[in-house]
Amino acid sequence: MLADIPVHRPSSLEEALALLADPPDGERPTPMAGGTDIMVVLNSRHVVPSSVLDLWKLDELRGLSVQDDGTLWIGALSTYRSIIASPLANAHCPALVEAARTVGAVQIQSRGTLGGNVANASPAGDSLPVLLAQGCDVVLQSRDGGRRTRSFDGFYAGYRQADIQPGELIIGFRIHALPPGATSWYRKVGTRLAQAISKVVLAGVAACGDDGTLTTLRIAAGSVAPTPIRLAAAEAAGLGGRPTDVAAAVGAGARADVTPIDDVRSNALYRREVSGRLVESWVRSL
Amino acid sequence: MIVGSSPPRLDGADKVTGDAMYVDDLQFDGMLYGATVRSRQAHARYLGYELDPDYDWTDITVVTHEAIPGGNYVALMVDDQPALVSDLIRHPSEPVVLLAAPTREQAEEARAHVKLLVEPLPIVVDLEAARAGAGPIWGDDNIISHLEIQKGDGPGCVDKALAEHPDAILVEGRYYTGAQEQMYIEPQGIIAMPWGKGGIEILGSLQCPYYVVKALAQLLDVPAAEIKVVQAVTGGGFGGKEDYPSIISAHASLLALATGKPVKLVYDRAEDLSSTTRRHPAITWHRTAVAPDGTLLAMEVDCAFDGGAYTTLSPVVLSRALIHGVGPYNCEHAMVTGDIVATNTPPNGAFRGFGAPQVCFASERHIDKIAATLGRDPVALRRQLALRIGDTTLTGQTLETSVASDEVLDVALEASDWDRRRAEAEAINARGGVPPADPIPGMGTTGRLRGVGMSFFFHGAGFTGNGEARIKGRVRMEVRPDGQIVIYSASTDIGQGTRTVFPQLAATTLGVGIERIEMHTPDTSVVPDSGPTVASRTLMVVGKVVEDCSNALKARMGFEGGDWDAAVDAFFAGGGDGSVELEYQTPPHVEWDNETYQGEAYPCYAWACDVVEVEVCPDTYETRITGFWSAQDVGKAIHPVLVSGQLEGGSLQALGFAVLEEMKFADGQLTNNRMTNCIIPTALDAPEMDMRLVEAPFAGGPFGAKGIGELPMDGGAPAVLAAIEHATGLSLDSLPASPEALMRAAAE
Repeated sequence: MLADIPVHRPSSLEEALALLADPPDGERPTPMAGGTDIMVVLNSRHVVPSSVLDLWKLDELRGLSVQDDGTLWIGALSTYRSIIASPLANAHCPALVEAARTVGAVQIQSRGTLGGNVANASPAGDSLPVLLAQGCDVVLQSRDGGRRTRSFDGFYAGYRQADIQPGELIIGFRIHALPPGATSWYRKVGTRLAQAISKVVLAGVAACGDDGTLTTLRIAAGSVAPTPIRLAAAEAAGLGGRPTDVAAAVGAGARADVTPIDDVRSNALYRREVSGRLVESWVRSL
Repeated sequence: MIVGSSPPRLDGADKVTGDAMYVDDLQFDGMLYGATVRSRQAHARYLGYELDPDYDWTDITVVTHEAIPGGNYVALMVDDQPALVSDLIRHPSEPVVLLAAPTREQAEEARAHVKLLVEPLPIVVDLEAARAGAGPIWGDDNIISHLEIQKGDGPGCVDKALAEHPDAILVEGRYYTGAQEQMYIEPQGIIAMPWGKGGIEILGSLQCPYYVVKALAQLLDVPAAEIKVVQAVTGGGFGGKEDYPSIISAHASLLALATGKPVKLVYDRAEDLSSTTRRHPAITWHRTAVAPDGTLLAMEVDCAFDGGAYTTLSPVVLSRALIHGVGPYNCEHAMVTGDIVATNTPPNGAFRGFGAPQVCFASERHIDKIAATLGRDPVALRRQLALRIGDTTLTGQTLETSVASDEVLDVALEASDWDRRRAEAEAINARGGVPPADPIPGMGTTGRLRGVGMSFFFHGAGFTGNGEARIKGRVRMEVRPDGQIVIYSASTDIGQGTRTVFPQLAATTLGVGIERIEMHTPDTSVVPDSGPTVASRTLMVVGKVVEDCSNALKARMGFEGGDWDAAVDAFFAGGGDGSVELEYQTPPHVEWDNETYQGEAYPCYAWACDVVEVEVCPDTYETRITGFWSAQDVGKAIHPVLVSGQLEGGSLQALGFAVLEEMKFADGQLTNNRMTNCIIPTALDAPEMDMRLVEAPFAGGPFGAKGIGELPMDGGAPAVLAAIEHATGLSLDSLPASPEALMRAAAE
């Protein structure tokens, strides 16, 4: 029975990494942050882990701070509520705050964490396009391998395949600073206004030079491919042009970039068309 | 006066504090947990089952149809639905084998180790193909029930009118509404316990305790007196717990008899959504001959309702649908026809509105289509056509009293400032929509299109025709020597407030404080059969009997106000009998012919008008409902807070039906069987509601009250689609108006 699944509750990162490196019962426990994804899986009994590593007590993985190089550090166990409440997040990554507000509802936002969203590796994860669009490094750690930092771009090799090696935990994120004068954008098209999984989720970062042409254009999308993706054709179509001139081409690029499917929430036609229209409207508004 | 005030719900404190005990909270010594092994195929020959030889079956009890002492059917209307499959599987959630185990987890685990041996058969799930006779999979032609209602010229009336009136216009339409889930917050659940000598006691989340008695007495082949059914605190029903509890009770009872122990059978959400009843998907076709001045010369309405695999209550749903088929409008000649069609899906059943929301959607969209065809204002056309005192309904019923058509139209249109609001929306759209700087959550960078729409509708209160005369709902009331008064009724409180408003009626009639009144738990071994808690009848019909009992007690005691305790003492000192039991007296004017469907279909109707404002994102076609104004005729608001809440809740279900709710199927099996993907509105999706109560009293109801439980479900969806059409120019004739559907319509 579910209640019989052993749960390990380390009180330090060192202890947690040791439990992962050298599991007491032989099988590596499944890490759990806020539990908002894993509890659903457990309830449906699709996957029953042999044991669970409850990370909730690892306060050292919480908190936000700005580093000397201007990047925003967000500890992996930071909840959506803590991101919404953080003046640093609001100043340095406002799109992430917007994304956090669209996650589930207040209860989910109070338990769900950024690290959990990334580790869960759903193509529909609400925060993931923001991390792709603004740029971000993932910091992981294991007992035997020490710390490892890698770009979030390319972090997913395929559907639900995150680059987390055996024994590793995500400990936090370095979110790149917005370029000077840049604006960011976030738009989730969900099934309703709360407790909704996205049909399409988009994020963008843009900046224009003195001549009014786009010097920065980074756009990412979720729920439109096996992993969250950058919209490369859309970006290429827009860079160097004036927003109103290139908006339609950016939209067309977005339609070409996405490879959506029909599923229980929506259909491929809608996802492709909406991706194009929303990106186009946003670029036009710049 | 207590009637007309809003005292706290008498069951409120227990629910707020968590003291209320729902089925899944209840524990009994030695209690086992049941699980149901269901078919996966939509249509198959059932050949038997195999138990996994490598699984430990020591603690597991296995029950099949062979354990049924009586007839293997769920007694309701037609005896076609087996309690457990014996030879033929007709839908993908049919119960086949039952298991009982010491823990819930064991029961669920064991379920995965039972293999059903089946031989698949061709399935029929498309409603129109089924109506055309595909298969057939039910009888000779898949037609479970057929009904016709005619008025005036009847058959062929539209062609006749067109021939006689060369300037008449033909307006045709096809309208579709899909399945809708009740989504009561508490899934279905029952505990069955051996009781007395070979009998069964049921504790359950249910609406109609005497339905369960009837079903179990037959199934278990015992006298009805050996069956005791008690309602547990129930977390919502909306019709979904009208008939299905008889099936779960049957299963839990078979397991309880096989084991000699209490057995709890509670569905999780996925099983509840996949297996229990929903609103019937329906297609409605309209053909109308309209005079240039808007007069409806003749109407033909034809409906196909997807009944699912068995009859259940569907013929009654069809009856109510057809009676409401032409809407609350005058039309001299009409032909209304309909079929309940069998498909290989779980039986569809009762859900607030009971056939009326489907046909109301069709007739209100159709009136809008007629208005657009004639270039008429939709409100002015409705005012011209609305039924009023002296007018005659589809069934030939002349309305003599309690018609609130003008009042509800006036109040709702004024509350919404209809003319100004419509004009403002048009002006905003001409300027490119609501600016993006005017945020509503989740609406992006493009101007949003605003639109305003309305609907006008009515709903017959209580059972159809002579239904109440047949049911003879009964209530008993007793004065105890300590002065407390106890109401004994089988009417259940499923959240709508029965346990509060019945005491209000009794206290006001008797002239005592509400604290003097208690309601006995609905327990069939104690309370008389008041009839089922359905059909907007509890307050108007059973409440009337409460009022009658109160008056009878008052008369017997000679109490005319003053000191109640002294009156009680004197009454009992004189050897008085403090108990009175009465039966519902049908109002004298009800004349109904069940063969021709002519006469007084309902003793009265409740009337309503909804106005909806929407904003539609032109990029994504997401619709936000930004305003809702409604005037609903309740006869008399016994408890204004409760009735407003009920009307708002029903309206929200209608708004969800309009834009969000869509049950999706693959080969007859529901594919979105969780609350995370079977979408209903959240609090954030609900607009502010301006709900205005109109009181056109019905002399046959207590203090003038009429039945309104279902009314608010009927009109929201067509009003939303009218508003979307006003905003975007897109005219949809299907529900839901999902973003995907609107995008498809825009591409056409």
